[in-house]
Amino acid sequence: MKVLKGIAASPGIVIGKAYVLDSEEMSIPQRSIPAAAIPKEITRFQDALTQTRAEIQTIRDKISKEISKEHGDIFNAHLMVLEDRAIIEEVMERIKKEKLNTEHIFSQVLKKYVQAFLKIDDEYLRERVSDINDVGRRVIRHLLGDQRSTLSEIKEKVIVIAYDLAPSDTAVMHRKNVIGFATDIGGRTSHTAIMAKSLEIPAVVGLENATRQIRMGDTVVVDGIQGILVVNPTPAELTKYKQDQARYVDFNKSLQRFKDLPCVTKDGRNIELAANIELPEETPAVLSHGADGIGLYRTEFLYMNRDDLPNEDEQFLAYKKVVTAMGQKPVVIRTFDLGGDKFLSHLEMPHEMNPFLGWRAIRFCLASPHIFKVQLRAILRASAFGKLRMMYPMISGVSEVKQANKLLEEAKTELRAKKTAFDENMEVGAMIEIPSAALTCDIIASEVDFFSIGTNDLIQYAVAVDRINERIAYLYEPAHPAVLRLLKTVIDAGHSKKLWVGICGEMSGDPIFTPVLVGLGMDEISTSPVMVPEIKKIVRSITYAEAQELAKYVLTLNTGVEVVNFLKLKYQQILKSSK
Amino acid sequence: MIVKKRIKIINPQGLHARPASVFVKIANRYESEVTVRKGSEAVNGKSIMGLMTLAANQGSVLELEVSGPDAEKAMAELEQFLSSDTEDPAKGGAK
Repeated sequence: MKVLKGIAASPGIVIGKAYVLDSEEMSIPQRSIPAAAIPKEITRFQDALTQTRAEIQTIRDKISKEISKEHGDIFNAHLMVLEDRAIIEEVMERIKKEKLNTEHIFSQVLKKYVQAFLKIDDEYLRERVSDINDVGRRVIRHLLGDQRSTLSEIKEKVIVIAYDLAPSDTAVMHRKNVIGFATDIGGRTSHTAIMAKSLEIPAVVGLENATRQIRMGDTVVVDGIQGILVVNPTPAELTKYKQDQARYVDFNKSLQRFKDLPCVTKDGRNIELAANIELPEETPAVLSHGADGIGLYRTEFLYMNRDDLPNEDEQFLAYKKVVTAMGQKPVVIRTFDLGGDKFLSHLEMPHEMNPFLGWRAIRFCLASPHIFKVQLRAILRASAFGKLRMMYPMISGVSEVKQANKLLEEAKTELRAKKTAFDENMEVGAMIEIPSAALTCDIIASEVDFFSIGTNDLIQYAVAVDRINERIAYLYEPAHPAVLRLLKTVIDAGHSKKLWVGICGEMSGDPIFTPVLVGLGMDEISTSPVMVPEIKKIVRSITYAEAQELAKYVLTLNTGVEVVNFLKLKYQQILKSSK
Repeated sequence: MIVKKRIKIINPQGLHARPASVFVKIANRYESEVTVRKGSEAVNGKSIMGLMTLAANQGSVLELEVSGPDAEKAMAELEQFLSSDTEDPAKGGAK
C-alpha cells in the first residue's frame, strides 16, 4: 500500500481501477526492434510524417482563410521543420543502426537540435524551439496512434491517472466510465479541478509523480476531501474507505433537502446563489442542485478540439440552448477568456514568458474585433430567449469597457438593421479580477450594470503567485487581508453606484468563506453546481447582521492564516447549531 | 561534378530566419548535394535545421560545396542569393 499526498480538487471518495495515461511530456517508450522489422519501422516514420504534413497544411489553410495569412505562415515554418532533410535522414540512419523504435529515435534527434538551438545566442532561434517541439509532438502523437483518443473508448469504470488533463482530454472522456481523476500537476483552480467539480467526480491534483508510481489496473482510492490517493490499499484500509464513501454519500443526500428552499439568511436577506458551467451539457446539474441561475457560463469550450473558429450561428445555438433550459433564471455569459492556460492550441499564439500577464481575454478580443463581434452578435441573439447577462473578462480599467461597449453597440446596430430580435436591456458587467480594476471600480461602475469578482485571478495578481506552481501554492491565500480589502472595495463601490456585485471564483465554493462573503454584502455567489446545496445550507443558518459583524472583525486580522483559523471555527459552530 | 566556393555573408540578418529558409528552398530545387561549412562545422545545405545551427552572422565566411549533375547552376543561384543583401523579393521583410 502506498499513500500519495496531493491537493483536494473535487470532493468525494471513490475506489476503482487505475487507467494511467501517458504524461503530456510524453514518456516515450524505448523498444528494440528485430532487423527484419526495420523496413516496417521506417514506413511507420514516413506515414507519421505524411499524416502530420496533412494535418499542418489543413490547419494552415484554415487559419490563413479565417484569421490572417501571417498567422497561416507560421505553419509554413512548421512544414519546413517537418520536411527537414537532415532530421529525416538522421532518423532513418539511426533506426537502421541502433535498431530502436522510431518514436524514441525521433525524439532523441529533435532533442539534439533543440539543445543546439538553445545554446545559440539568438532570440529568433531560441523562439524556433517551440516550433520544433510543436512539430515533434504532432509526429509523436501520430506514431503513438493518438493514445489519448482512447479516453473516449474506455469500456469499464476507471480512475484516470495523468500528468495533466487538457480541456481536449476531458471533453472526449467517457462521462459514465470515468469515476475519478488524479494528476501530477495542477492546483485547486486548474482546469482538471474545475472540470472534475462540474462533472461531480472526486479528484486529487498536484500529486507530483502519480503517473510513475501507479500501474494500469492498480486499485486506487481517490480521497478528494483529504487530497490523498491510496494505491493498492490493504483489505482493512479498503473497508475503512468504503465506509467513508458511504458516509459521504449520506452527507450529500442530507443536503438535497435544501434543493428547493430559497437561499436566504435567517433575517431575510436574499443571496442569489448561482452555478458556474463550462459546457451546455452541465445545465441539468445546475437545476438539479437548486441554483438560482448561472453566474458564470464560460464560452471557451466552443474553441476546443477544432481547427477553425466557431461561426455566429453555432455560437448562438450553444448559448440559446443554455438560456432556454434555464427558463426565466438568469444566465451570466462571459465573453471569450482565451489565453494563459486555456488558449486555443491552433491559433499558435506567440510564446509569452508571462501568459497570465499577456495578450488574452478582452485584450485579445479588442485587438480582434472581427472575431469578437461574431460572439457579441451570437450572445445578443440568444438574449431574446431568456434572461441573459453578459460580462467581459480581464478588464484592467474603464477604457477597455468603453471600447468593448462600443463594439457591442455596433453589433446591436447590425442586428437592428437585419431586424433580428435581442434583449435591448441585456445587463452588461465587468469581471473584476485585476487589482487595477478593483481599485477603480467606482470609475468603471458608470459603464456597466454589475460586477462579478473573479477571485482565482484576482488573488494571483494581488499576491503575485502563479496558482499553477506547486512550490509557491502556499502563498495563494484567498483569505489574505489584501484580498478581503479588495472584495470590500469592489462591493462598496458597486453598491454606492446601485450596481449588484457577485463572485464567481473558487473562493465562492469554499463554505468557510460563505459567512464573510455574505457579511461583506455580496449580492450573488456563483460556484460549481455540486457545492450549491452546502453553500445554501450555510446562508440559511446565519443572519445578515451577524455575518456583517463577522466580516468587520475579520478585516481587522493581520494574516490569512488568522482569518482561515477564525473562519474554520465559525464554520464548525454554524454546522453544529444548524443540526 | 563538384564545385566549391568561399562566400562572405553580407546580409545584416546573417544566414538565419527568413534568409536561411530561402537558401534551403533554393538548394532543394536542385538534384545536387549542398554542403555548407563554417570553420570545422559542416551541415546539409538542404536542411533548415542544420543551416540555422551554423549561426552564420553578417561577415561570416562560409564554404559552399555543391556536388551533382546540376552543381554549377545550383552554385550560381545560391551564390547570387548570398551575395545580395536583400531578402527573397517575393516575401517581404522578416518579422
